[in-house]
Amino acid sequence: MAGRSPPRTARAADLPTSNSVAAFDSVGPVEPPLPDGPSQPASGAHRRRLPKLRSRWWVAGAAAAAGLALTGCQLPTFGAYRGATSQGQDAFKLWQGFFIAGSIVFLIVLFLILWAVVRYRRQADTIPLQTQYHTLFEIMYTVVPVVFVLILFGFTFVTENEVDAVTSKQVTVNVTAFQWGWEFQYPNYDVKVLGVETEDPAMVIPANEQVRIYLRSADVIHGFYVPEFNFSRYAQPGVTNQFNLDVVHPGTYRGQCTQFCGLYHSLMFFQVKAVTSSQFQAWVQQQQSQPSSSTSIAHAKSKLGSGGYRATTTGTVKTTSSVGSATTTGGA
Amino acid sequence: MTDVINPPITLPGSAGGVHVPAAHDGHADHHEDHGPSGLLKWLTTTDHKVIGLSYMITSLCLFYVAGIMALGIRVQLATPSGSFVSFQQYNELFTMHGSLMLYLFAGPFAFGGLANYIVPLQVGAPDMAFPRLNALSYWLYLTGSITMLLGFFVAGGAADFGWVAYAPLSSAVYTPGAGADVWIMALALTGFSAIFTGVNLVGTIFYLRAPGMTMFRMPIFTWNMLVTGILILIAFPVLTSALIMLFCDRHFGTHIYDVIGCTTTATAGHPAVPDPSACGSPVLWQNLFWFFGHPEVYILALPYFGIATEIIPVFSRKPVFGYKGMVFATMSIAALSTGVWAHHMFTTGVVLLPFFSLLSLLIAVPTGIKFFNWIGTMWRGQIQFQTPMLFCIGFLLAFLMGGVTGVMLAAPPIDFFTHDTYFVVAHFHQVLFGTAVFAGFAGLYFWYPKMFGRMLNDHLGKWHFWLMFVGFWLTFMPQYIVGLKGMPRRVATYPGDLGWQIYNDLSTAGAFVIAISFAVLLVNLWISWRRPVPAGDNPWDGHALEWFTTSPPPHHNYTHLPPIRSERPTWDYNHPDHPSLHHGTKAPGGPPGDGSGGTREKVPVA
Repeated sequence: MAGRSPPRTARAADLPTSNSVAAFDSVGPVEPPLPDGPSQPASGAHRRRLPKLRSRWWVAGAAAAAGLALTGCQLPTFGAYRGATSQGQDAFKLWQGFFIAGSIVFLIVLFLILWAVVRYRRQADTIPLQTQYHTLFEIMYTVVPVVFVLILFGFTFVTENEVDAVTSKQVTVNVTAFQWGWEFQYPNYDVKVLGVETEDPAMVIPANEQVRIYLRSADVIHGFYVPEFNFSRYAQPGVTNQFNLDVVHPGTYRGQCTQFCGLYHSLMFFQVKAVTSSQFQAWVQQQQSQPSSSTSIAHAKSKLGSGGYRATTTGTVKTTSSVGSATTTGGA
Repeated sequence: MTDVINPPITLPGSAGGVHVPAAHDGHADHHEDHGPSGLLKWLTTTDHKVIGLSYMITSLCLFYVAGIMALGIRVQLATPSGSFVSFQQYNELFTMHGSLMLYLFAGPFAFGGLANYIVPLQVGAPDMAFPRLNALSYWLYLTGSITMLLGFFVAGGAADFGWVAYAPLSSAVYTPGAGADVWIMALALTGFSAIFTGVNLVGTIFYLRAPGMTMFRMPIFTWNMLVTGILILIAFPVLTSALIMLFCDRHFGTHIYDVIGCTTTATAGHPAVPDPSACGSPVLWQNLFWFFGHPEVYILALPYFGIATEIIPVFSRKPVFGYKGMVFATMSIAALSTGVWAHHMFTTGVVLLPFFSLLSLLIAVPTGIKFFNWIGTMWRGQIQFQTPMLFCIGFLLAFLMGGVTGVMLAAPPIDFFTHDTYFVVAHFHQVLFGTAVFAGFAGLYFWYPKMFGRMLNDHLGKWHFWLMFVGFWLTFMPQYIVGLKGMPRRVATYPGDLGWQIYNDLSTAGAFVIAISFAVLLVNLWISWRRPVPAGDNPWDGHALEWFTTSPPPHHNYTHLPPIRSERPTWDYNHPDHPSLHHGTKAPGGPPGDGSGGTREKVPVA
């Protein structure tokens, strides 16, 4: 939602991503063996069986894709977030490309199914021609999808490297997920934020720069997921995952554990607050000046076990109606 | 070929193990016929048809139980702070819903039920290759299923870690109850059941084919069951051994999947370094589980592709288009399916993304071939929309949608923000509902006349279809949208201020429409039980061998067989003037349907 409302501003991060939009223009027309509109009607003898219909659809699909491409960045979001990070924006472009490509394939196949169902419904009690093979046609619908898939893979590969790139950074955050909360520790500043369940602990990071996240788990597998970043990653015991976040639109973004992690998985929220660099420094100093709430993960979990935590939770409680009747099985 | 409902006909000389059913060797294996009757007969039978029916009835009961659990899940999610069940109960519900549907319904209904019944008939065999092993399979399956349901009655409740049982959540530390152990035991039992069935299917198809039934004359359903059997033998032993290791972790102090006691050194700004010598690996569970789990997806899908490939030609009155392409597509899917497991693990950060992404995308190619072949089969046919065909068209549309979103999920950057959200839930429900339910119940409507000699009501069947079709799209399309908005799966509650409720309400409404459709099926079965309408031996003008015998088939299946000269022996017998043609060849003798004979072209002749 927040990703949709602000007008798109020109940023350095847009350069590579708008290139990938342009590159995706070719996805629609690539699938037909002859990509250029004018040459399509003369597409060979094997088309004779399904004559104008297919080529007409190719043309329509190509025209639709070209029309969408001309509008450039104004492509619809197709339900996804535009991405509040540069990495998320790259993933979003790939999503748009896949959605368009997938829709074209979906519509073509859907049309063929419905056409066959309507056109060849039984009208007489005769036995139709018992055709079983059409070698040329079968080769065509094997080779064309292979080419199509390889093109999709090419875009995937490029985007994937952009999203997963771990480049130079200034700020580092050690994120530790646990049953059922998050700890954000800033090793360079000796600052720690910790919160369980519905307390929505906030990870404050500077916007418009690469922030390195080291992601770990203190117990079971969790998922670090910020919908508007178009990104998630597992937090796993025994594994340290690292990735960069480069938030291009300052703001507060909601996050949630996605990997099922036990009883209160549903309540494992957090926030990411992306602020300007100076605001970030001010926040750090404020945190450092506060007497350190030397809460540890173990301490937080012990509160969970005793039930004291839930009784005292106030503020942004999303739901508590079911909590009372639940029983704790975790936290040995 | 009578039109009345007969008890199985006793054949003279239907000798066990000899695949020439009409052989009169005087040494007949008649223990079924002269042996016990009633309940004792059912308990002691080794007849593939009785075992197949037992499998189908059991798995259908479990399907209804798991469906009711799904309704519970949907009621809980109908409001943001749903209080229909507690968190603990909710976690048990979705775990058992998934476990029942995947392990105990979708697989066993196909490879235990329909395959057990149909494959020996389609290859012209008197029974499965190992009838007693077959019976053992069923009893293991039944005991495993009961064991899994008993989880609800142990202290601490049933397993509550999801059907994937990710370590270390499934360890004794985080899931201490006996419900988890019961779950592991149940899967070990049904795992062995599946392995034995796989052995039986492969053995039957390789060794018990009737004279003339060459490999490339087998119906596609049988082909798919062969490949499924091989996939079972690849995948299920991995699951069973992984479960045994999990059990060891829980009870015998091994640390195969957990990192308890594993020392790490975390320094400021640097990642913690695990000490490998002291560490188990939670990722190992995921690798082993999905090495089973992804072939399992195709173990659940290929049989249903086979069902659709049997039904669409019959109701289009044409042979399967691209028969050999279909076979090779099935084999390609199976081969690729053993190399794509880590696409369930893209967000773990520890798998080679490009390799698994490319292989996953490539599966779209053989699947696409199947789609074009199904369309090619209908093309220029004479399509009749009886219930089985309607369900098959529903399958095509559902699976098309599930397949297209599957291609999207094969791209890691897209998977990063859809993984573990309702987008994935919608995707795999469209795939699995499309196959196991749409195609599975197409198979039920299609073969029910063969199994019981009586028809299901076509009118009620169409009601069942249309209600289910509407309910299906209403349930799962909103889940794509709410998933893209960021709703994670397996949550018992969600914030009310995010606009997710309307999508969840649509889903819940759709789920109840599906439930009504299955009530219609029960009515239909009841009516056919009380007021049977005789079916005859071949009510659909079927193609494969099973339509040549009586309905229901006699004890050892065939008193005599037609000549098997193509993959459509029954069609050839009934329509000698209409053999399969290669494109460009003319219909023999004259235009189609004029009845004049002619030379057979491009038809393999023994």
